[in-house]
Amino acid sequence: MSEAMPGWAWTALTILGLGAVTAISRNVFLWSRRELRIPEPLQRALQVAPLAAIVAITAPEIFLSHGHLIATWRDARLLSALVATAVYAWRPGVLGPLLAGLSVYLPLRLAWGW
Amino acid sequence: MLAFGPGLAAWGLVTGVAMTQSGLGVGLSLLMTFTAYAGSAQLASLPLIASGAPIWVIWASAFCVNLRFVIFSSQWRVHLGHVPRGRRVLLGYLLADLNLLVFKKQWQGEGHQVGQARYAAGGAAAVWIIWQATSVAGILLSSLVPLEWGLGFAGTLSMLGIAYSLLNERTAWVAAIVSAAAAVAAFSLPLKLNILVAIAAAVAATLVMTQAGKTLQAVRPGPPR
Repeated sequence: MSEAMPGWAWTALTILGLGAVTAISRNVFLWSRRELRIPEPLQRALQVAPLAAIVAITAPEIFLSHGHLIATWRDARLLSALVATAVYAWRPGVLGPLLAGLSVYLPLRLAWGW
Repeated sequence: MLAFGPGLAAWGLVTGVAMTQSGLGVGLSLLMTFTAYAGSAQLASLPLIASGAPIWVIWASAFCVNLRFVIFSSQWRVHLGHVPRGRRVLLGYLLADLNLLVFKKQWQGEGHQVGQARYAAGGAAAVWIIWQATSVAGILLSSLVPLEWGLGFAGTLSMLGIAYSLLNERTAWVAAIVSAAAAVAAFSLPLKLNILVAIAAAVAATLVMTQAGKTLQAVRPGPPR
């Protein structure tokens, strides 16, 4: 575990809460006895929020290093993300870009120490 | 359903690897796969847990990632509304993205038809078994790999792929660009609040853009369609 990582019990509680989050979000409209409709603007917000959340968490993981923008192109994560992007553009999917990205990331990191 | 098996299996494996390699360890990774049971939300919460973000920020972010399920649940409601509530809620918890995709292919047309609940339950069981088996395999196999390899980056790369697959229209592009810029720019905010700020900014930008589009269309009607 990294230094910033909280203790075992606290993380377990966090994870149990994530289970509750899944149960609740998948049941919002299944729970009620009546059928409810989602208003249109809310529907838009609901549609775009997952993408926004995923990007918000992913972007700093790729572009930042210790809280600062990566200043060099000699960075394993940056190059790996670039390759994954190119592969996605060529053949959309999750697995192909992932494997291509890793095949750049691991050698750069392990052999060159980037 | 079987056509999606290999993709689902690979995805479960990668999520298993990403969990242990983020530093969770085998026990907590197993706990996560058997309780959270939502691949994207699991991947999204890993960097937040590793950086010691407050528990409510982690839950709120996971909920945002899961908001698509809220829409899905309103679609499931049409077909599963007659199932007794206890069973309906249990089934609801188990119904993932893939289930709805397969279900909609099989049952075209509006409204409830006989056999739909059983079909949904069968699909839920199939996805659960494939996902958990491969996820557990990923957890156990990758626990042999030292954390220094940085294999946890597989989780980030998977999220990148998911994000690209969600870029289906112009508003989605705007949301992604706004969110990425805001999350990076506001990174120095305490408590990982940059995540929530970025989500709020992206959703607001999308709503404004949609509204502006409507207004523009009302003022300047396009060519007749």
